[in-house]
Amino acid sequence: MGQKRSNLAVAVAAHTALLPLALLTLVPFFWLVTASLKRPEDFFSSMFLPLDPETGAVAWSRLTLENYSRLFLELGIGRALLNSIFLSSATALLATLSCAAGGYALARLKFAGRRAITITVLAALIIPPPLLLAPTYQLLYELGLLDSFTGLILPAIAPAFGVFLFRQATLQSVPNDLIEAARIDGCSEIGIFFSVVLPLVRPMVGAFMLITFLATWNNFVWPQVVLQTADKFPLSVAVSQLKGVYRQDYGLLMAGTCISIFPPAALFLLLQREFISGLTAGAVKG
Amino acid sequence: MSADTPGRRSLAPYALAAPFVLIFAVFIIIPLARAGILALQQTYGPQAAEFVFLNNFTELARDPLFWRAIGNTLIFTLASVFIQLPLALGLAMLLNRPGLRGRGIYRLIFFSPQLMGLVFVATLASIIFEKRSGLLNQVLHWGFGVSLDFPWLQTFVMPTLILTTLWMYVGFNMVYFLAALQNVDKSLLEAASIDGAGPWARFRHVTIPAIRPVASFVVLLSIIGSLQLFELPYVMLNATAGPANRGLTIVMYLYQSGFEVGDLGYASAIGWVLALMLVGFAIVQARLARSET
Repeated sequence: MGQKRSNLAVAVAAHTALLPLALLTLVPFFWLVTASLKRPEDFFSSMFLPLDPETGAVAWSRLTLENYSRLFLELGIGRALLNSIFLSSATALLATLSCAAGGYALARLKFAGRRAITITVLAALIIPPPLLLAPTYQLLYELGLLDSFTGLILPAIAPAFGVFLFRQATLQSVPNDLIEAARIDGCSEIGIFFSVVLPLVRPMVGAFMLITFLATWNNFVWPQVVLQTADKFPLSVAVSQLKGVYRQDYGLLMAGTCISIFPPAALFLLLQREFISGLTAGAVKG
Repeated sequence: MSADTPGRRSLAPYALAAPFVLIFAVFIIIPLARAGILALQQTYGPQAAEFVFLNNFTELARDPLFWRAIGNTLIFTLASVFIQLPLALGLAMLLNRPGLRGRGIYRLIFFSPQLMGLVFVATLASIIFEKRSGLLNQVLHWGFGVSLDFPWLQTFVMPTLILTTLWMYVGFNMVYFLAALQNVDKSLLEAASIDGAGPWARFRHVTIPAIRPVASFVVLLSIIGSLQLFELPYVMLNATAGPANRGLTIVMYLYQSGFEVGDLGYASAIGWVLALMLVGFAIVQARLARSET
């Protein structure tokens, strides 16, 4: 009985500490959403939702979608949204394919230079991306790839840490015997990669795709450096440009931010469950 | 079977490795080599280059702005390691109760700011810290009657940046610590408790050793990320380094030198100093992690 009571006391204490912290974490999100729905004049008179000055009740009728309609109709944010979707999906897909194939080859196949490549990849893990900013810009200039999506996607689809992760995943969950068995059954090497290896490293495929998608979506420096035409800007650059021009138009900026963070957050919430069930299914099958 | 098709078999590994290896060589290894050459040059845009050899580095050593950038970046890094990580560990320990209701929801809530990119967090934060209409001043005005006109972002550049990253990263690091706490042996904690060890002694002698490997990884990750701070101050301070360069960081100075001034050589030299600092921190951290176990 005493034990039970002290457990209850501990739980109450934990919630007393956690609940305010959770609210504190959520307040900026709530403020962001309400700010995006407010007219400029309501910014000064109300903290979150606009209030009726006489009754003190929430004045729902003062909320507006005008910030959103201006962004889509006048400021072309739809274009930036499509650019972000395209760039993030293409980069995630291509990076996953190149890293999964490369990681598998480095882990399980025999070919000349395998050892040297593996060591180079491991050493490259320490390279800070900003070091490559200036020389990559110069290289893209010489290749005529500045201001193009190709110039933005190509340098991002062979990250050292990606191939490293897939090499580890292959070593861990793709047994040599299984590859041998597939060979004896007459499966081609490329066929083995797609029909035996990829399904076995599926949790890593999901995780790596999601990480790459989010990282590309939120990337700012590279599109800022590589792209010059406003039509090609993804949301990260477009929103930062809006911030430069419409500094005082808080509602507009907050609406742009809402549009930018919703798609990746939704994707994460959807795939999180899928990703976890993929992990546990793999564990049950052994 | 395999003897029938030796040609196909021996070429296949190359076909699978080729996409990665080719792109890795062209877009990682070649730029890395060229970063070495560029660091010895002065350029005006991507074309006109002139060899100045080690001049860029002697110039950097004398450049007060570069030292300012290093100082600011190190302050931010120290804050990440000594403020952000202890908070993350504390939060993880609060959450680490198997029977706790709503554990998954708490974890998701604390992690959620991480899903928002730095540029978007910076946009949100700069308006929260804004003078009259910002949330912070409104809360302070409403709660304590403080004036609405206090310019947080212009007065406390580093503290506002640190506060913003606390919101963004405490939950992210908490997830690692939460996983690490699963390695703490419950029976060892109980035994220590029976032997009369207080909460601090149990934390110091049982919990810390158990989470050490993950903790040292998180520390390294945090240092690597902090040393490369750029987007947050850049966007929060409207594409400037802030009043008196108080928001200037190493990567921001690299960006300004390379893409605003147009000297890709100076930018590359800054990149090499950054890389050296990272390697240095990684070595020190690895030594510390090894010697203490």
